[in-house]
Amino acid sequence: MQQQNYPRVGETLWREELDNGLTVFVNPRPGFQKSYAFFATNYGGMDMRFQLEGAWQETPAGVAHFLEHKMFDTQDGNALQDLAANGASPNAFTSSAITGYYFESTEKFEENLKILLSFVSVPWFTRESVDKEQGIIGQEIQMIEDDPSWQVFMNLLQALYEHNPIRVSVAGSRESISHITADTLYACHRAFYTPSNMVLCVAGDVDPERVVQIAREVLPAQGGPAAVRDYGPEEPARAAQPLREVRMEVSTPLFQLGFKADPAPRGQERLRRQLMGTLAGEALCGASSPLYARLYREGLINQSFGVGYEAYPGCAFLAAGGESRNPEAVRDAILAEAARLGREGIDPALFERLKKAAYGAMVRSLNSFENVCVEQAQGYFAGVDYLDFPAVFDSIGRGDVEAVLRTWCAPERAALSVVRPKEEA
Amino acid sequence: MADMTRIGLFPGVSLTAVHTKKFKSSVLGVQFLSPLSAETASANALVPSVLRRGTARHLDMEALSAALDELYGGSIEPVVRTRGETQCVGFLGSFLDDAYTLDGSPVLEQAAALLGELLLEPYTEHGVFCPDYTAGERANLIDRIRAQINEKRSYAVKRLKEEMCAGEPFGVDRLGDEAHAAALTPELLWARYQDLLRRAPIEVYYCGSAAPERAAGALRAALAKLPQGGARTFPGRPAPHAAPDVPREVVEAMDVTQGKLTMGLRTGIQAWDDAYPALLLLNAVFGGTTTSKLFLNVREKLSLCYYASSGLMHYKDVMVVSSGVDFDKVEAARAEILAQLSACKAGQFEDWELEGARRSVVSALRSSADAQSRLEEFWLGQAVAGLSESPEDLAARVEAVTRAQVVEAAQKLALDTVYFLKGKEA
Repeated sequence: MQQQNYPRVGETLWREELDNGLTVFVNPRPGFQKSYAFFATNYGGMDMRFQLEGAWQETPAGVAHFLEHKMFDTQDGNALQDLAANGASPNAFTSSAITGYYFESTEKFEENLKILLSFVSVPWFTRESVDKEQGIIGQEIQMIEDDPSWQVFMNLLQALYEHNPIRVSVAGSRESISHITADTLYACHRAFYTPSNMVLCVAGDVDPERVVQIAREVLPAQGGPAAVRDYGPEEPARAAQPLREVRMEVSTPLFQLGFKADPAPRGQERLRRQLMGTLAGEALCGASSPLYARLYREGLINQSFGVGYEAYPGCAFLAAGGESRNPEAVRDAILAEAARLGREGIDPALFERLKKAAYGAMVRSLNSFENVCVEQAQGYFAGVDYLDFPAVFDSIGRGDVEAVLRTWCAPERAALSVVRPKEEA
Repeated sequence: MADMTRIGLFPGVSLTAVHTKKFKSSVLGVQFLSPLSAETASANALVPSVLRRGTARHLDMEALSAALDELYGGSIEPVVRTRGETQCVGFLGSFLDDAYTLDGSPVLEQAAALLGELLLEPYTEHGVFCPDYTAGERANLIDRIRAQINEKRSYAVKRLKEEMCAGEPFGVDRLGDEAHAAALTPELLWARYQDLLRRAPIEVYYCGSAAPERAAGALRAALAKLPQGGARTFPGRPAPHAAPDVPREVVEAMDVTQGKLTMGLRTGIQAWDDAYPALLLLNAVFGGTTTSKLFLNVREKLSLCYYASSGLMHYKDVMVVSSGVDFDKVEAARAEILAQLSACKAGQFEDWELEGARRSVVSALRSSADAQSRLEEFWLGQAVAGLSESPEDLAARVEAVTRAQVVEAAQKLALDTVYFLKGKEA
């Protein structure tokens, strides 16, 4: 195994690539009771069109998430129960870009790891179990559709993008999932759950060599290449539409203001963009910015307000939002501030403080095993060495962030999504 | 296990210090403890938010944010929580541990000083809180109270608690209510703040790499201006209550696509009782985990709900069952939930169900030492309850619980109130 030290954050990462194509990372954490294992595939809600065995496949919205639910079924029963019976806390999630399965446990780590690797790599679907899952996921879809925070974010993505599949709900709709069959699930598993398209990340007081040994024992010795996928043509820089509004049962309007950023390339530049995007958001309207203080004082935003940068295949954006009595006024103020910063630049003392704060927050986030493993996995899929972020911070100057604000935060790249109360006068 | 030390800083002001080098951050907290009451809940909840707006030295949030940024993006957030029938209001801060600062300079003393400044040296006008900050945070508090309706799952639990515990302090929400909040003026809020400063017991918390003596020294210095001499009386334990002979039923309608069925039960067992570990285990068998009866039967086998789980209201004799159901399945779901409860009372659970539940409870307790936020939550509860048992020791008691004790705990459960949130068309 290769060992890489990251002295600036006080961590070590062990790495090994197996013959079947799977890459394994282990982050040893002496002194902790729990261990955490994260087994992920580079396959998410966005991956609906792909080439399998020479032919292009079109799959309905929601397959990756449906597959995530059904993977826990095994020929003998249910892996969730097996893990839970060992006192492990297992779960899984599907995002637009990836699907991850994980558990945290304080005992029987090796046994639990075997269960995790086995159920994710061995599919077992029947017509009856697929039919039943349509009921359970249908309920889940209804539940998220009642969630105003979800609605406001989904509508933002649909306002920003013309056709990129980030616009499509990861869970799909009740209608789209009705087209999913056991055959769809088997085909998608074959296309995307091949070891070369996956990664295993472990954090805890564990022996890295044992982790690799177990992965070799449980997983197939050989694996095929991952499917080629298609996200459609490149998106134009401008937002698809400036405003989307819906009405729901909420007390105060919720809003998200998005700026369409340039898609991020693969490699360490992607992490650099992420940090520049984060700093741009903080300088523009983060909790330490002059604009935040003014909007808060004027009662236009409250503690629910936040800003962040996100990148997915073929798309990236800055989003700022929360609750506000007047979302349009907040949008106008943020656009004006972006123009001002583009013209006058960011206050140098503020910039240095923001960098120090963002750096500290990232180091502190390494406390969370889940965060480390998920970031490591996503970084691996995108060609990023995540734990090297202090060096990337060093490379970012004020001018870089000002350039980002000038390009991304232009009015034609902005879209506003609002959820308004039903009985608003 | 990390070591926990209790140190008296001043009369009625105690530090819980957890000494560990596992984390990249340290946690600092100061909480005022106040009996939960409709008269004072909103004012107590508002105090930390107004304090957080500015101090005599850092006049506004921008200045405070700048000071926190200099401490490597440390955070000090106002928090409002309840433990049983005690409201805990104050600040919780998280800072980069001294080992990871860019120039090796210590953060703890500066962080403690800033925390003390926020608590004890507020920005004032005419001897009370400034009208601007009070009005702004009062509006935010009212918005937060109103926004509770947005999350239907937690809203249904809140409504259940209000209906079931009407007349008990526990029925009061941690944020109080809109009418009391709207009536708060800078003068009234100042009086409440002065009362907290002089009469509330204060729980201080530190978790990080510094030795407890050093943390105590930093916090004693930071809190030196705290008024002394008043009696800080610890709130008492909640009185136990019996369920009515016929369970109360409440149905409300809202524009939602999924119904929320929520059921409140009286446990007859509290955190101070010897039988408490058996209650923890029973909750896990019944509905607390993914191997529980509610998860396996109501959700998985019968597909009646998207979720169905049970949870204990800590330091209070109440268990809540919470589920999301289609409107037309609510009766079936309710019948099945009660059937599973009867099964627990009759001892109808397999050994694997019991042991799976035990592994889950023990693991959750042990791993709480691995997460600074969970550990802080745990120790705050213990401090309020006057208990000193560690997660590890409680886990050891759970290991020793017998099947008969779990059945005995189940037999004490009694359905008190059912709250159903249905759709408008249903």
